Amino acid sequence: MESEIIKIRDFSAGYGQNFVLKNINLSFEKNKVTAIMGPSGCGKSTLIRCINRMHELNLDAIHKGDILFNGKSVFETNPILLRKKIGMVFQRPNPFPTMSIYDNVIAGYRLNGIKLSKKEFDLIVEDSLKKAFLWEEVKDNLHKKGTFLSGGQQQRLCIARAMAVNPDVLLLDEPTSALDPKATAMIEELIVELKKTVTIILVTHNRTQAARVSDFTVFLYLGELIEYGSTETIFTTPKNPKTEEYLIGKFG
Amino acid sequence: MLRDRFFKFGLKLAGGLIALLIFSIFVSLVIASIPSIKEFGLSFVFGKEWNPVEEHFSALPFIIGTLLTSVLALAISLPFSLAIAFFSGEFSKKGLISSLIAYATDLLAGIPSVIYGFWGLFFLVPLIRKLELSFNIPPYGVGIFTASLVLSIMIIPYASSMARDVIALVPSDLKEAGFALGSTRLEVIKKVIFPYSVSGIFAGLLLAFGRAIGETMAVTMVIGNANRIPHSLFEPANTLASVIANEFTEATSDIHLSSLIYLGLILFIITFFINYIGNMIIERMSVNGRS
Repeated sequence: MESEIIKIRDFSAGYGQNFVLKNINLSFEKNKVTAIMGPSGCGKSTLIRCINRMHELNLDAIHKGDILFNGKSVFETNPILLRKKIGMVFQRPNPFPTMSIYDNVIAGYRLNGIKLSKKEFDLIVEDSLKKAFLWEEVKDNLHKKGTFLSGGQQQRLCIARAMAVNPDVLLLDEPTSALDPKATAMIEELIVELKKTVTIILVTHNRTQAARVSDFTVFLYLGELIEYGSTETIFTTPKNPKTEEYLIGKFG
Repeated sequence: MLRDRFFKFGLKLAGGLIALLIFSIFVSLVIASIPSIKEFGLSFVFGKEWNPVEEHFSALPFIIGTLLTSVLALAISLPFSLAIAFFSGEFSKKGLISSLIAYATDLLAGIPSVIYGFWGLFFLVPLIRKLELSFNIPPYGVGIFTASLVLSIMIIPYASSMARDVIALVPSDLKEAGFALGSTRLEVIKKVIFPYSVSGIFAGLLLAFGRAIGETMAVTMVIGNANRIPHSLFEPANTLASVIANEFTEATSDIHLSSLIYLGLILFIITFFINYIGNMIIERMSVNGRS
């Protein structure tokens, strides 16, 4: 199917001798939000870190099977190029403390030594910050350091930084777990807005968050894919009893 | 409660004692150099002549000798210290090679300076002499350059171990943010790790520089002990510390002795100012220093 931007095929991954993820088969639809939920330690983060090959930064990382991005195996793609197409936002807001807000947004360009004119950079900064709902709050302080922002603002700055390089896919690794409810609500609103331009894969251990923002939901348990389907189906009529137990809060 | 108060008092006492000690060293240096200060005044600092026979003393040749050897030593050691720091702080934090390197650099700091001096005298000096012959300059062998070479090896552990520690402390989520934006390792090192740790790296260099300025024994053995302003890096010279070590035992007149202590006072003040300015720079460079 044309609309499936990422396909995961018979994929297992882990550390050392230990597979955390076991034989996952899964596809992600273009311009949709797919939530990956499950209790801590079920392999959610490992799974999305494999998609942009961040998992390999661990020296003892192992994997087998394949992940296809636009039909091509990510493991045959240069990770540097791959990560420019698949952006990532982390659990803890991590703007670069040595850079201003402005430089943080264009960090993807600065880090990779891409030089554009001041005007082009200005446009990218404004556009990305608007996309991240942050422009109005910071437009007068663009050259101050990003570390003085609140946690929620910092996280939106990280989203702006990821969006500035025009990725096709945005991986969000529990982006609101360190934020207060108000900041969380704002990020959730932002996620729904962003899917117009990018495909979003959202890892969360917050069941209601998955219900609020996602089109599709994946339920992982102990490294295995338990159920996958439209969010509505999963939350109203789950097929697997394990999913139902998780949703009503029997564990995790 | 009472024990807490005692503990706090003890800490205060220890800290206060250190401050008092430094202050009293300064005062005793000033007192002991009063005869020389009376005789030569401030022109001591800028005068070019040091002549114990005619009892005419001034410090400029040694100030120049000190700064020249230290700056040169720092410049020579810089690439090595940084390479060691980035290798063992970022590329290979664990493993046989990195622990070997860490052990070897720490060992460098533990070698007595007289050994460095001997090594310089019997190994480096003949080598430099050959080099000078091939350049057609007077083959002293000893001199500023030789002293800087010895110093540069001696100060590597000070700069590299501090830099290694701050580089290893760069939060991994910042590095991950860099990688996730499609950066190579070199780009992450240059644009994420280096800016984050630059103040600590600079602090290490400052420590190394301070060590180079004050190093006495090894420098005295290979610098050639000439009491004049050097005109080239291959000429014999003296540093503040080396001239004190060299002439202290043979200073018979009071004014000679007092002038040597005056040199010590100048060395003390230079060290103080370099530390002060250095700390200001570190403050400004540190991650949370500026907005």
